[in-house]
Amino acid sequence: MASSVLFFLFAGLAIACAISTVYHKNPLYSAISLIGVFLSLSCIYVTLAAPFIAAVQVLIYAGAIMVLVVFVIMLLNLDEKDPVNRLGYLYAVGGGLGVILLVQTFFIFYAVSKSPVHAVKTDETVGKTLNLGSAMYTEYLLPVEIVGVLLMMAVIGGVILARRLSQPQLELVVEEELEERIVEEKPLVDL
Amino acid sequence: MEPSLATYLALSGILFTIGAVGVIFKRNAIGMFMCIELMLNAVNLTFVAFSRYYADVTGQLFVFMVMSVAAAEAAVGLGIIIAFFRNRISVDVDDASILKN
Amino acid sequence: MESVIKTIFPFAVYAVAVLLAFQGVLMIVAYTVLAERKVLGWIQGRIGPNRVGPWGVLQPFADLLKFIFKEDLVPDKSTKFVYFLAPLVALTCALLPIVLYPFGPPITTIKWNELLPYGLGEGITQLPLTIAHIDVGVLFVLGITSVGVYGIMLAGWSSNSKYSLMGGLRSSAQMISYELAMGASVIGAVMLAGTLDLNGIIYAQIHSPFRWFIIPQFIGFIVFLIAAFAETNRVPFDLPEAETELVAGFHTEYSALKFALFFMAEYVNMFTVSVMCTVLFLGGWYIPGLSHIVEPGSIPYALISHIGFIGKICAFLFFYIWVRGTLPRFRFDQLMNFGWKFLLPLALINVILTIIIVYFLNS
Repeated sequence: MASSVLFFLFAGLAIACAISTVYHKNPLYSAISLIGVFLSLSCIYVTLAAPFIAAVQVLIYAGAIMVLVVFVIMLLNLDEKDPVNRLGYLYAVGGGLGVILLVQTFFIFYAVSKSPVHAVKTDETVGKTLNLGSAMYTEYLLPVEIVGVLLMMAVIGGVILARRLSQPQLELVVEEELEERIVEEKPLVDL
Repeated sequence: MEPSLATYLALSGILFTIGAVGVIFKRNAIGMFMCIELMLNAVNLTFVAFSRYYADVTGQLFVFMVMSVAAAEAAVGLGIIIAFFRNRISVDVDDASILKN
Repeated sequence: MESVIKTIFPFAVYAVAVLLAFQGVLMIVAYTVLAERKVLGWIQGRIGPNRVGPWGVLQPFADLLKFIFKEDLVPDKSTKFVYFLAPLVALTCALLPIVLYPFGPPITTIKWNELLPYGLGEGITQLPLTIAHIDVGVLFVLGITSVGVYGIMLAGWSSNSKYSLMGGLRSSAQMISYELAMGASVIGAVMLAGTLDLNGIIYAQIHSPFRWFIIPQFIGFIVFLIAAFAETNRVPFDLPEAETELVAGFHTEYSALKFALFFMAEYVNMFTVSVMCTVLFLGGWYIPGLSHIVEPGSIPYALISHIGFIGKICAFLFFYIWVRGTLPRFRFDQLMNFGWKFLLPLALINVILTIIIVYFLNS
């Protein structure tokens, strides 16, 4: 009884925040709604007896990834603008895709609920940190190591992308730009 | 009614649909990125639901991998968006058509 | 009637427990504000506020009245929804971890069967002094602290003023940088304890030969303390809200009760990291040798342990105020260098050393 009340509460919240994410044109409101989705999903994970995944979801998604996204939105000062050239056929494609996926969802719901229900093994110790940790470092060691390498690749990629041109290269670029402007008789400095 | 596996899968499907529609409708690169994260989360919910109903830790482990991949993707993707913005002053993906024709 | 009472009973117990815990914490926080002004005064050679009650004891209530009656300004061009959301997010995320704090040892000597009517006391063997027993308590607190950064970022952005934006961005950059060092310094203590549960960590300290984890984890303790200062935006890391640099940083445009919410959120954050420091490194409510004097599980033992816990927290709060009166503040680039290039590698070295020690202890 209590579990179904909780589930529908958090599920409704998640769906409302998801629709709000897609609806708002202002990226900051989308980001805040997406944080709401992550927090409601985290609560659903707790009701699914996965406390470690719930805590990690809040830590990583709501606490790190979305902080990065909100930072970028604030730094780039993004705002809503009126669309000038709109690829019109995308509306039809989006609508069609949405309808197809919804039909698939309802079909899955119907099929899974009508399928023969064999005794479900609900073992609540599956989500405990001890189980997850020992599985991570014994049976699934290779994926964990690969994820480590992947994160290192991401760090190196981020550092390279954020690199500013070093001083000699910067001078070269500025020199070329100035030469171009002298040749084309444009003002040397944009006012 | 006790939420069964089918209810969790239905919720996951609805969230995935909203995310997919959002990716197509949004023109802001960061908006598209956020809808992709929504889709990834819907998939995470499916994994955790199956892990609960079959008492297997593999589902939750895979969720952990998906989260790490999403974090890496966020870092690099937002770096690319910032680099793009430095040169173009607009994150409208319809304007990113230099390679066209 | 009896069935109604039986169904409401668990919720009523939790409601009373939550009310008591929140009341206690907010009282301590209110008097921390007063203590800060008085201790800073003594360090600077003057007396702090002493007009309102004997020795200024009623000052927090006077402050509250002042905040309520101040004029409530809202900047015209601000994003209203986000502007009002930010202090709520900051205070909610600061107050949430209260349900996890292990206030004391469980009391086992009360015979609930005799005290409670309607057979409500059957099967209850102990009264735990923690509201929620979460398997991943440490991760929960770290996660909620991470979400608390949003209060500051959104406040800086939505005020539509350059001082607020600069203050907000700097403050949140500082907080997310030092979150890493804080998390890494916690790993050592968690490895020695073998569990992420706060009560479990205290029991591990009771059963360990070191008694308090500060002895084997001295480096981790220092790193955690420094990272905690940066997380709560306190001196020497308080450039984002320094009066002489940025007017008032991210809360420049907030007045009256909204500012009071930010103010309270900062002090509750201080309380939270003090509790984490106490539980992880100073044994929480455990006073070594107390179980020989008083019988463990009884009410006097719980009371003395609880007072010891509050005493340790107050010692940390006093340390915060002492440092505020003593040290100058870091420049922002010095701050970021220190966090990324010194503190994080030190925390990781601590983790590696702890791994080696635990491996040889267990094999």
